[in-house]
Amino acid sequence: MVAVPAQVAATAVLKAEVKGLNFYYGDFQALKRLNMPVYEKQVTALIGPSGCGKSTFLRSFNRMHDLYPGNRYEGEIRLHPDNVNVLAAGVDPIEVRMRISMVFQKPNPFPKSIYENVAYGLRVRGESRRVSLNEKVEEALRNAALWDEVKDRMDEPAFNLSGGQQQRLCIARALATDPEMLLFDEPTSALDPIATASIEELIHDLKQTVTIVIVTHNMQQAARVSDYTAYMYLGELIEYGVTDEIFIKPKKKQTEDYITGRFG
Amino acid sequence: MLVKESVQFFTHVPLWDFLTDTQWTPLFDDAHFGIMVLLSGTMTSSLVALSIAIPLGTIIAIYLSEFAPFSVREVAKPFLELLGGVPTIVYGYFALLFVTPILQWFYPALPGFNILSAGIVMGIMIIPYVSSISEDAMRAVPMALREGSYAMGATRFQTATRVVVPAAFSGLASAYILGISRAVGETMILAVAAGMQPNLSFNPLEPAATITAYIVQVALGDLPHGSVGYQTIFAAGLTLMLFTLLFNIAGHLLRKHYREAY
Amino acid sequence: MAYAKNLEEIRALIASHKRWDLLFACVGVVALMIGVLTFVALFADMAIKGVPRLDWDFFTSFPSRRAGQAGILSAWVGSCLVMLTTAFFAVPLGVAAGLYLEEYAPKNWVTDIIEINITNLAGVPSIVYGLLALGLFVYQFGFGQSILSAGLTLALLILPVVIVATREAIRAIPQGIREGAYALGATQWQVCKDHIIPYSSAGILTGVIIGMARAIGETAPIITIGALTFIAFLPPPPVKAEPPFVSFEWLTSPFTVMPIQMFNWTSRPEAAFLVNAAAAGFVLVLMTLAMNALAIYLRYRLRKRIKW
Repeated sequence: MVAVPAQVAATAVLKAEVKGLNFYYGDFQALKRLNMPVYEKQVTALIGPSGCGKSTFLRSFNRMHDLYPGNRYEGEIRLHPDNVNVLAAGVDPIEVRMRISMVFQKPNPFPKSIYENVAYGLRVRGESRRVSLNEKVEEALRNAALWDEVKDRMDEPAFNLSGGQQQRLCIARALATDPEMLLFDEPTSALDPIATASIEELIHDLKQTVTIVIVTHNMQQAARVSDYTAYMYLGELIEYGVTDEIFIKPKKKQTEDYITGRFG
Repeated sequence: MLVKESVQFFTHVPLWDFLTDTQWTPLFDDAHFGIMVLLSGTMTSSLVALSIAIPLGTIIAIYLSEFAPFSVREVAKPFLELLGGVPTIVYGYFALLFVTPILQWFYPALPGFNILSAGIVMGIMIIPYVSSISEDAMRAVPMALREGSYAMGATRFQTATRVVVPAAFSGLASAYILGISRAVGETMILAVAAGMQPNLSFNPLEPAATITAYIVQVALGDLPHGSVGYQTIFAAGLTLMLFTLLFNIAGHLLRKHYREAY
Repeated sequence: MAYAKNLEEIRALIASHKRWDLLFACVGVVALMIGVLTFVALFADMAIKGVPRLDWDFFTSFPSRRAGQAGILSAWVGSCLVMLTTAFFAVPLGVAAGLYLEEYAPKNWVTDIIEINITNLAGVPSIVYGLLALGLFVYQFGFGQSILSAGLTLALLILPVVIVATREAIRAIPQGIREGAYALGATQWQVCKDHIIPYSSAGILTGVIIGMARAIGETAPIITIGALTFIAFLPPPPVKAEPPFVSFEWLTSPFTVMPIQMFNWTSRPEAAFLVNAAAAGFVLVLMTLAMNALAIYLRYRLRKRIKW
């Protein structure tokens, strides 16, 4: 059990709790006994070397693993305020994905127009009235800091956008449905430094409305962007704490070795 | 379905006769039912066709995948596809009225209906099948293997024959099997250009009937449903199916045996 | 020095290898040319003999005993109707099967058997399809020697083509798109309906066109199920003047198709009929070429439009 760090602000509200999570790809155990809190409207970063299981962990939140055969969960991820276990067999993964959205490593806009890309999540939820769609699409694009750049070409194919714009489009798409939690899977690893900076700024703004969990292999990004950081290694959670603490005064030697670059 | 009708057929005609009788005249009063006659036609025609299609198809495949510049390949591939898309009846017409006269110019004793011209045209028709699958198989061979060969100073020809072809062998085998199946099952070219006389011989310079042509011949006429004559086409068809199945299974086994995992 | 002495030998060796290389390149070109020339010869032959015969009458008359008056009206109408029926059955069945196999089917032995059967279907000679149709559609089901039987037979014939084309088109869609859609909360059917089918439709269309081009030229199975070669009338039209306004009588009437008409004329000894055959063949080849060319063009456009 990783204790809640003492420096957590008194106003921190729990959004999700991971309790005893084990995950298996077939016979291979990819995640081992993970316990971690996720605080509301804060950014939690998952860092660690390649293959440590951070993406696997992230994808457990919205049950992406269910799409592929042979995967198995043990343990719980409890979502608040209603304390439902997202991993329970009786919980519909589609329902989970309606509450928790995801942005992927490689921008994956649909081969549709910019408008339709953002509107898709709303259509899936049954929204079809033109007026409300327009409103929500504009709102999402504003929140993703993309509105000004695309407002005159909403009907153009999404592929015409640059890499950074496409990723912001994917963020807008994920935001359009007012999710409770937003998962970012290495969102800037495929982008150039300028686009990366704009996305990091965006994340900083978004956390005022949405809880964010971000996976990144770039430690400096984690240091810049997150409030809490978790360091993972070979499927285990080695250390979790307030970002500043982890980076300045890590409690475990393993964490220190990784952060100072002794291995990676 | 094939089995059901054939079983009825065999209640009339003993199996042994079917396999060994040297005449095939089921529609005459003095009925003979030797399937060997039709088989000889099918085999001869297929042999002629394949002796054209397999060498040429393979050569074209090797040329296109290893030698030809990109522009040539882009033009040649669709062209070959078009060649394979021509309706077989048109090929039959071509064999009868174009190829046969040319052959007769070389060899005047050639009868108007013969297996040779049908076989040649059939072979050309099958080339696209063989070449396109072979070429896909060769392109699937990773560049790394070729680079290893070139790095040792080999020419394109050497690389192609010693490295790429053996590596792509399972794909080539599939292509050949497909070609064989196609040749055996081809109907119209033979029906038109090879004549419909069941003739037990392996000489391509004579007219003959194949299993397929016979079925067509019968179907053109009117046969009462349920008569022995009607059932003969099913027996013939069953034989054809068995051969095709045999080839497919052989192909499958060959592929499994030679498959190289990349 | 050992090195200098061998250099000459090596150079001679390389030169001889290069000769082989060049020789093979020439052989390759020759082989290609054989294919090309055959095609050109065939096309030219048909054109030279057949084009003079092509006129409005040819397209609008029925076949007759007199070569000069014979036309292909019943033949090409028959071909069109049969194509319609074929597409009607082959497309929904083939696309649904392809979609099921790619998106829904679990990886167990049942799926394997289905896949093996489809591959085997593709290798069956066309005439065997005709036999199957004769026994099954014409007699067992009682559809008779009709357009319906022909359509069903040809649909079976091109089913593997449509299924394979569908699967290839679906496989070309990157997994990232599916994940993006699922992550937004879509169900499996929504992902198929909103994404998979629209994005793969161009590839599917290409496959369907290729299949239809094949079906148009098929003679053997249609003869086997009993299309007649001398039809001097048209099947009843699908739209009638009295209720019910749509009739399906045309599905069950006797008919003929283009390849059979050509076959019939080729079998006649009179030279005039052979000219007819050339003309009909020319039209047939033109139609087939046009369809294949369309499919190739679509495939080319498809590659440029959606850049995965």
